[in-house]
Amino acid sequence: MKSLFFIGGIGTILILLLICVFLFSEASNFFKTYGLIDFLAGSAWKPGMHPELFGLLPLLFGTAAVTLGAIILAVPIGILSAIYIAELAGPKTAEILKPSVELLAGIPSVVLGFLGMALLVPIIQRTFDLTTGQTALTGSVILGIMALPTIISVSEDAISSVPLPLRNGSFALGANHWQTIYKVVIPAAFSGISASVILGMGRAIGETMAVMMVTGNMAIIPGSDVFLSSVRTITATIALEMGEVARGTEHYYALFAVGVILFIMTFCINLIADAVKRRHQLEV
Amino acid sequence: MSSEMKAMDMTDAPVLRAFRESAGIHHYESQEAFETETQHPQEKEIQINDLNLWYGNFHALKSITLTIPSNSVYAFIGPSGCGKSTFLRTLNRMNDMISGCRIEGEIKIDDQNIYDKSVDVTDLRKNVGMVFQKANPFPMSIYDNVAYGPKIHGVPKKELDGIVEHALKSAALWEEVKDRLKESALSLSGGQQQRLCIARTLAVKPEIILFDEPCSALDPISTGRIEELITELKKEYTIIIVTHNMQQASRISDHTAFFLMGELIESGKTTHIFENPKDYRTEGYISGRFG
Amino acid sequence: MASENGTKPKKSAARKRRDLYQKTAFLFMRMAIIFVVLILLVILADIFMKGHSVITIDFLTQMPRNQMTEGGILPCIIGTVELVVLSLLIAVPLGIISAIYLTEYAAEGKIRWTVEQAVNNLAGTPSIVFGLFGMALFIKYIGLPRSLLTASLTMGLLIMPVIIRTTQEAMLSVPKEYREASHALGVTKWETIRRVVLPTAYSGIITGIIISIGRAAGETAPILFTGAVYYYPRLPDSVFSPIMALSYHLYVMATESMNIEATRPIQYGTALVLLSIVFIMNLAAVGIRRHYKKKVMRSN
Repeated sequence: MKSLFFIGGIGTILILLLICVFLFSEASNFFKTYGLIDFLAGSAWKPGMHPELFGLLPLLFGTAAVTLGAIILAVPIGILSAIYIAELAGPKTAEILKPSVELLAGIPSVVLGFLGMALLVPIIQRTFDLTTGQTALTGSVILGIMALPTIISVSEDAISSVPLPLRNGSFALGANHWQTIYKVVIPAAFSGISASVILGMGRAIGETMAVMMVTGNMAIIPGSDVFLSSVRTITATIALEMGEVARGTEHYYALFAVGVILFIMTFCINLIADAVKRRHQLEV
Repeated sequence: MSSEMKAMDMTDAPVLRAFRESAGIHHYESQEAFETETQHPQEKEIQINDLNLWYGNFHALKSITLTIPSNSVYAFIGPSGCGKSTFLRTLNRMNDMISGCRIEGEIKIDDQNIYDKSVDVTDLRKNVGMVFQKANPFPMSIYDNVAYGPKIHGVPKKELDGIVEHALKSAALWEEVKDRLKESALSLSGGQQQRLCIARTLAVKPEIILFDEPCSALDPISTGRIEELITELKKEYTIIIVTHNMQQASRISDHTAFFLMGELIESGKTTHIFENPKDYRTEGYISGRFG
Repeated sequence: MASENGTKPKKSAARKRRDLYQKTAFLFMRMAIIFVVLILLVILADIFMKGHSVITIDFLTQMPRNQMTEGGILPCIIGTVELVVLSLLIAVPLGIISAIYLTEYAAEGKIRWTVEQAVNNLAGTPSIVFGLFGMALFIKYIGLPRSLLTASLTMGLLIMPVIIRTTQEAMLSVPKEYREASHALGVTKWETIRRVVLPTAYSGIITGIIISIGRAAGETAPILFTGAVYYYPRLPDSVFSPIMALSYHLYVMATESMNIEATRPIQYGTALVLLSIVFIMNLAAVGIRRHYKKKVMRSN
């Protein structure tokens, strides 16, 4: 029995690890013909042109812009909501709110992207009087909604796990509820809350469909009004171009190189979130 | 009720006692009653020769040599961390599962070294049952808990009812649960759960039963019931019990071994150990100077 | 809320100030949570109101017609169901076997820790990366066509880390006393896993599987280049046929269809069907967890 589980378990895990190997080996083909510096520091992404340019910067810029916007929007709302669920909501209310947050997390990204197109894009276009409502801002709002459940549930976990004696100690000194929350509870849960923000960021960086449907997908670094311009993220680039590219061309391998960058980014984010969370466990 | 009583053979005594206790009549038998009971035919003797055990670099048991006679109660006493529980767990090889644990020496049950390569550890554990410190019934019905062992060891379904009933009767639990065998075992009280664990152990028909501080989480009344049960069980089983409780050891055991820092300091008849300890450390422990 | 010590009349300035802070802070929290709930309600309401009138028996049981501007979405529903079932068939057994191996058989140490970290990481890896991998391995190297099989394999790999992780969590939460008790009865390790550990961990494992179903039905990026097509005139007849899927259908209809505005009702109908599938799965997971929680509380 043990050997069966050994073969099954190790086999499966090897396949999963194979994913990394494959990504890197396909990407390495790209650097046989294209310089690493030209890729990382190139400011133009122009496949199909002469000469073909595969500069990462515009894509990196797009991803950074929508992620930053999403975090700015989602972090305050998410953390305040988490405190509400953990501290103020009664058990009955919490029992409704928590599954609601999970439902929000369960909405497929393509559905959110669709709603973004149908509802949000026209609103943004009218409000700011633009030629198109498909902007970095639109992407940020949709990604912010997608990052919210992650931020809320991870923060809520961290806040709820602050031990009762700590709170009671504060109450016993005559502090009121809010003072206890922000002087005792939030500092004690700080690393958990930070982890939630990092994980929310990871979710936003890796998101493909929703972002692709609402950001306009222009692979250029806008000169001004960053959030009201069209941008194109790393994920959208892969999704848009991989379907049409001929296998084995430089363009094909370039997309794998972009994929590797994405993989490394989310890998680092996951590691950091994990490290931050672990520190939290040591503290409490 | 009386017809049911007749149907029970040797198991009626604990039931009667449990009944008496629940009516508020509860007392412990005097110590002398036990001493006379040590003259049983010695079939399943356990011999431990020069046993050493290490956890990594920590030498947890130091050359233990001891003979445990059958059909009696043997108590292991000593302060926390003295190795008594570790030693108990070598007898059914529960330490095998701990990584970094190394054992030298031999333990012979019925002249068979249980650390021999030819010994199947599951057969050994079937023969040497164990009851743990904290009652640990499975999250299943009362019936399924007791039937779990026999079922897995291939007992036909139609025999299970009888085995379950007999085991529950032997554990003095039958009267309390016979009408709700299908209920979750977790709905029982702490003392009942512990007796259920004893019944579960009895159901696989062991010859030796190890008790690892079985009463440390129980109230005095439940403790009293378990102690009476143990005295009853020794007629059929060899019993080894680890306990923190000096009174418990003196009440129920025929023999006692005192452990300190992984060493077996002294062993012998319980009356001797408690009344005339040869070693000053034993005396110190028993009279409450440390531990 | 603020009347902690009944003596209201004499409030010091400092106390007034801190009460005001508390009131303000709590007001912001309420606004935040109301906003979050509102987002959810707007999403659900909009899709339901604009989608439900489209949903008829015909819509659910007919093929698309007239370059997809009319007709139903039957092939998408079937495609999604097939995709979910096949990817689960791949991921669930392998995932559970791996979890059992990691939890029960692998020796604790650096290697196991590294593998668990890797699996955790893959659970957080963007789905488009899995799409890339599926493309490279299954299509370019193995030579499979863009098909149901390839899409399911890719999707299976995507949900496998989730299943491994949830199964492991469920198994680790089984108290070690249960295992000890079983071993002490002379029961082998495998029998103990089968009869005690897995049944106790059952609800956790099921929850993980249900979450995976929702995920497999909703994800689009992994099937973009491995099996989903814009239009396939027949129902898929083998695992080597390409498929239409609800998620991909919604994407192409919303971005590339002949007349995006005119087909909005079809888009909303598709979104509603997709959302319903995912939500029913999520609610089932919540229900199972709650039922189990109650059971545990009752038995303590």
